[in-house]
Amino acid sequence: MINATLKQLSQQLATGQVSAVELANAYLGRIEALNPALNAFITVDREKTLAEALAADARRAAGQAGLLTGVPIAHKDIFCQQGWKTSCGSKMLDNFISPYSAHVIEQCQAAGLVTLGRANMDEFAMGSSNENSFYGAVKNPWDVNAIPGGSSGGSAAAVAARLAPVATATDTGGSIRQPASHCGVTGIKPTYGVVSRFGMVAYASSLDQGGVMAQTAEDCALMLNVMAGFDERDSTSLERAREDYARDLAQPLAGLRVGLPREYFADGLAADVGRIIDNAVSELKKLGAEVVEVSLPNTQLSIPAYYVIAPAEASANLSRFDGVRYGHRADEYKDLVDMYEKSRAEGFGSEVKRRIMVGTYVLSHGYYDAYYIKAQKIRRLIANDFAAAFAGCDVILGPVAPTAAFNLGEKSGDPVQMYLSDIYTLSVNLAGLPAMSVPAGFADNGRPVGLQIIGNYFGEAKMLNVAHQFQQVTDWHSKAPAL
Amino acid sequence: MSLTHQDVARIARLSRIAVTDAEIEAVGSQLNNILGLIEQMQAVNTDGIEPMAHPQDVSLRLREDAVTEPNRRDACQAVAPQVEKGLFLVPKVIE
Repeated sequence: MINATLKQLSQQLATGQVSAVELANAYLGRIEALNPALNAFITVDREKTLAEALAADARRAAGQAGLLTGVPIAHKDIFCQQGWKTSCGSKMLDNFISPYSAHVIEQCQAAGLVTLGRANMDEFAMGSSNENSFYGAVKNPWDVNAIPGGSSGGSAAAVAARLAPVATATDTGGSIRQPASHCGVTGIKPTYGVVSRFGMVAYASSLDQGGVMAQTAEDCALMLNVMAGFDERDSTSLERAREDYARDLAQPLAGLRVGLPREYFADGLAADVGRIIDNAVSELKKLGAEVVEVSLPNTQLSIPAYYVIAPAEASANLSRFDGVRYGHRADEYKDLVDMYEKSRAEGFGSEVKRRIMVGTYVLSHGYYDAYYIKAQKIRRLIANDFAAAFAGCDVILGPVAPTAAFNLGEKSGDPVQMYLSDIYTLSVNLAGLPAMSVPAGFADNGRPVGLQIIGNYFGEAKMLNVAHQFQQVTDWHSKAPAL
Repeated sequence: MSLTHQDVARIARLSRIAVTDAEIEAVGSQLNNILGLIEQMQAVNTDGIEPMAHPQDVSLRLREDAVTEPNRRDACQAVAPQVEKGLFLVPKVIE
């Protein structure tokens, strides 16, 4: 049961082979046994979970169950969920019991998915290793000395360790794809605007996008059908006709044009990761895909552009944490400004403070054009690179990260080194494109490695098709760590 | 260019984040490292390139100026550090 996919669980629930309560109990038992070592969850609430499971079973008994009613899910602690602590991995929100739910949560509840708990993450989604959580680092289930990736490290570790069959996540600069790659699970970040940001604690609003992680591409498609959709409460939610993201899964890949950006296979890519990606491309060739070389010449510039735009937007977004309406307030202060300064100094961790300060600086008088506008111009160049590449191919393939998961503590003292490891994921967010990570093998040190699939705007169904067909001829996605 | 301690103190003040004298050296050196990384952008010619603020370049929707939210003051204030009679309390601002 624990290794079952969403699709299989859905079938078992439909045939009455298992109930939502039994499933919830099975996963809660596993979380209680394994979470102390992995730290994938910040909050688990057995009573709340079982109440949701009972309701799901009642709904089924009444003949009102949908495809995923009764299936358990973990939610990244960034999605506000009414009645649950929504900490966003921060001391600032350690006391925040959300009075409302995010659109994503509403959609999941409407589908009858059962909340298993709230997944750990880098504070305010800022980080690539999950070491920035106020609640401590998540451990990689494949090797507890390794980082799980970030910022959605708890979501990835939970799915990899089979503590949950599926988990919501968010991706601002790679925060779904990189942990999915490092933990050997399948993750999708949709086109910017496809999933509502309402109730998703904001980091960098022009880049943030909700998505999901599961064992298979098919499961991701089923979940995206639940999560996607127009929501007027998100000013950048896109008004598009509903689509079935699973519609093209079974399409053969003959004639598919696969673009390989030469900049993604240059210096800096570890040899073992490169080999795994080459093998994955060979599998797709066997399925009839044609390979073309493409170029994304401004890839290197995605790092400085991202580390201007994201901190700038973060500095504005996080100004709402003032110790007045919600969140941490310092115990002692001498006046209003002192209260702001102390509350924020105590409530935020060091990476969050760094990014707020960088953002404040690049937006400050006299520097705005040199930094923020310059970064937005480079953002345009990066989007143009993709547009040119997609003129000659249907999807772009490459690595997700230059190496397999590094060790806990290895880069935590050097922010810039950490930022450099985001080289293959940031461009996608800057352009607003959809992308996935699909398990593709294991590095020399035994840690998982994901294949990145980048789609054109609204190309989710095509990417999921490629990923699903790849998963029909490989079994990397069904491998689980021994725990 | 490199930020001085004075610059760091000013940025911290603008950010409303207290940075102690003991921290300022480390914070400054990390910010300088990050700004060094960002500096790479200046080598690129971006003349005539339109800045891109948003992936789809769509303009923001307008809506009717109408009340759409119910009054949930009690629920929203339940998470506030200090409230009294429906008001958020802050230290005295006007003498």
